Amino acid sequence: MTAKPYSFANVAVSEWTKLRTVRSTFWTFVVGGVLGVGLSALISGVSASHYYSDVVIRATWDPVGRSIRPLLLAQLAFAVLGVLTVTAEYSTGMIRTSLAAVPKRTKMMAAKMTISALSSLVVGEVVAFAAFLVGQTMIHSVQPTVPYATLGQHNVLRVVIGAGLYLALVGLLASGFAVLLRHAAAGIAVIVAMLFIIPGLAAALPTSWSQPIEEYWPTNAGTEVYSLGHGAHALSAWVGLGEMALFTAVVIGVALYVLERRDA
Amino acid sequence: MIEARNLTKSYGATLAVDDLTFDVKPGTVTGFLGPNGAGKTTTMRMIVGLDRPSKGTVTIDGRRYRDLPVPLQEVGALLDAKAFHGGRSGYNHLLCLAQANGIPRRRVDEVLAIVGLDAAAKRRAKAFSLGMGQRLGIAAALLGDPRILIFDEPVNGLDPEGIAWVRRLMRDLAGAGRTVFVSSHLMSEMALTADHVIVIGRGRLIRDESTARFIDSSSTRSVLVRSPSTPRLNELLIREGATVETDPSGALVVVGLDAARVGEIAAQAGVVLHELAPQRASLEEAFMELTSESVEFHATGSTNGGQGDR
Repeated sequence: MTAKPYSFANVAVSEWTKLRTVRSTFWTFVVGGVLGVGLSALISGVSASHYYSDVVIRATWDPVGRSIRPLLLAQLAFAVLGVLTVTAEYSTGMIRTSLAAVPKRTKMMAAKMTISALSSLVVGEVVAFAAFLVGQTMIHSVQPTVPYATLGQHNVLRVVIGAGLYLALVGLLASGFAVLLRHAAAGIAVIVAMLFIIPGLAAALPTSWSQPIEEYWPTNAGTEVYSLGHGAHALSAWVGLGEMALFTAVVIGVALYVLERRDA
Repeated sequence: MIEARNLTKSYGATLAVDDLTFDVKPGTVTGFLGPNGAGKTTTMRMIVGLDRPSKGTVTIDGRRYRDLPVPLQEVGALLDAKAFHGGRSGYNHLLCLAQANGIPRRRVDEVLAIVGLDAAAKRRAKAFSLGMGQRLGIAAALLGDPRILIFDEPVNGLDPEGIAWVRRLMRDLAGAGRTVFVSSHLMSEMALTADHVIVIGRGRLIRDESTARFIDSSSTRSVLVRSPSTPRLNELLIREGATVETDPSGALVVVGLDAARVGEIAAQAGVVLHELAPQRASLEEAFMELTSESVEFHATGSTNGGQGDR
């Protein structure tokens, strides 16, 4: 046989086959989509119906936020997918077969992460656009007189595209932790702590401590891309997402370093 | 050719593999023998780069496994009957492996036919029996049509038909000029399939020789003698330096003299013999004797809860 060395493209095609041939991939994306778009429709609709009766809602009215913020729950599905694509290799024993076929471990894991991140990006963008459009439609149809947003307005397109990017990035970060931890439960626990628990606990700290945490905690910084405007101290959208991307790159770098050195 | 040089693997204070040096030569079935926990699986994992040696090296035709340009075309390994994702079909499992090494898709159908899984290939692998899982693992090992095959305990858990099939397959592969390196904790299994044996115990090399020689040198031989004048013969044989025991049927079991010599001694003394039969210890007994000092976990129990058969 011809000994043409296997390429990154070969491994990426292989990882795509792995991803699309297990049912959990499909169902995780379905859950993410339903959760994201459904919650967005619900929250947008309920908020619009209270627009005239609730002073706070009216004073801080942000139709884009009402339909995009609910995606912060859907991000769980993307995190779970990011974890499972990695830990399923370990829990099933597939990792031994995978690494025998592709002994260059960084190549194998980088291909896997590339494929799952690209898939998450496509699904994430579809979910973000669907959540926005369905949400705005809900607002408009529940209360036709309430202001609603369109993609053509200032920064709206950036928020929607950024939301999809953020979802893919959450999945990638989750994969990085999963490579380090190798167990689904541990991987999911860490990413949930990262996304929800630590930011939540920070709120209990004195303001001088909690404010920098809220602002610079990597996954919080990432969500800046969800906001149309910015407070005096908040990071700008792309800088925030950039910080989260940088953090993700560091986690993945450490994970790949460990992966190359330990016994599989 | 697989070349291990001073291969060593330690887990903390436990030495799983201790300074192993051996070659696995092309065109033969080489048996890798040792009791459970002797370090066979760890050695095989180091060959395919899953575990990194604490010391020493192991190479495939002079290259480290991870430097092989197309690993599956050089080495096919079955290390574990369940090393696949149960949610994926057998076909897709093989497809993703083939794609990773740029092996054409039609080869997936070919290996499925070789192992007789073509009918079940579209089913999810979690529904496979142990035997089918083993066949899927063998199909994966054959995907790249490799020159070297590594099988770790391939007949474990198989039914007699499956065992016969695996034995035939290994012989056919070696017959076609391939290198087959197969581990087992059963000597009798190896006597049937291997040309050469590498025996280890507690991670150390005990023997590295042809199967015939191994069987020859490690079986304690004795001679069974039946005679109407047992006490006289007993005396004569002991005088010649033999160790003699009497078995329950009254026959003598002679160790230290071969059958020809026993016959000559009897003839010179005019002793009548009714039976003169060379005896051979069973292979399993020979193997157990050889490795008895190196068995890590005796049935009587051990305080060392160590690594088991890693």
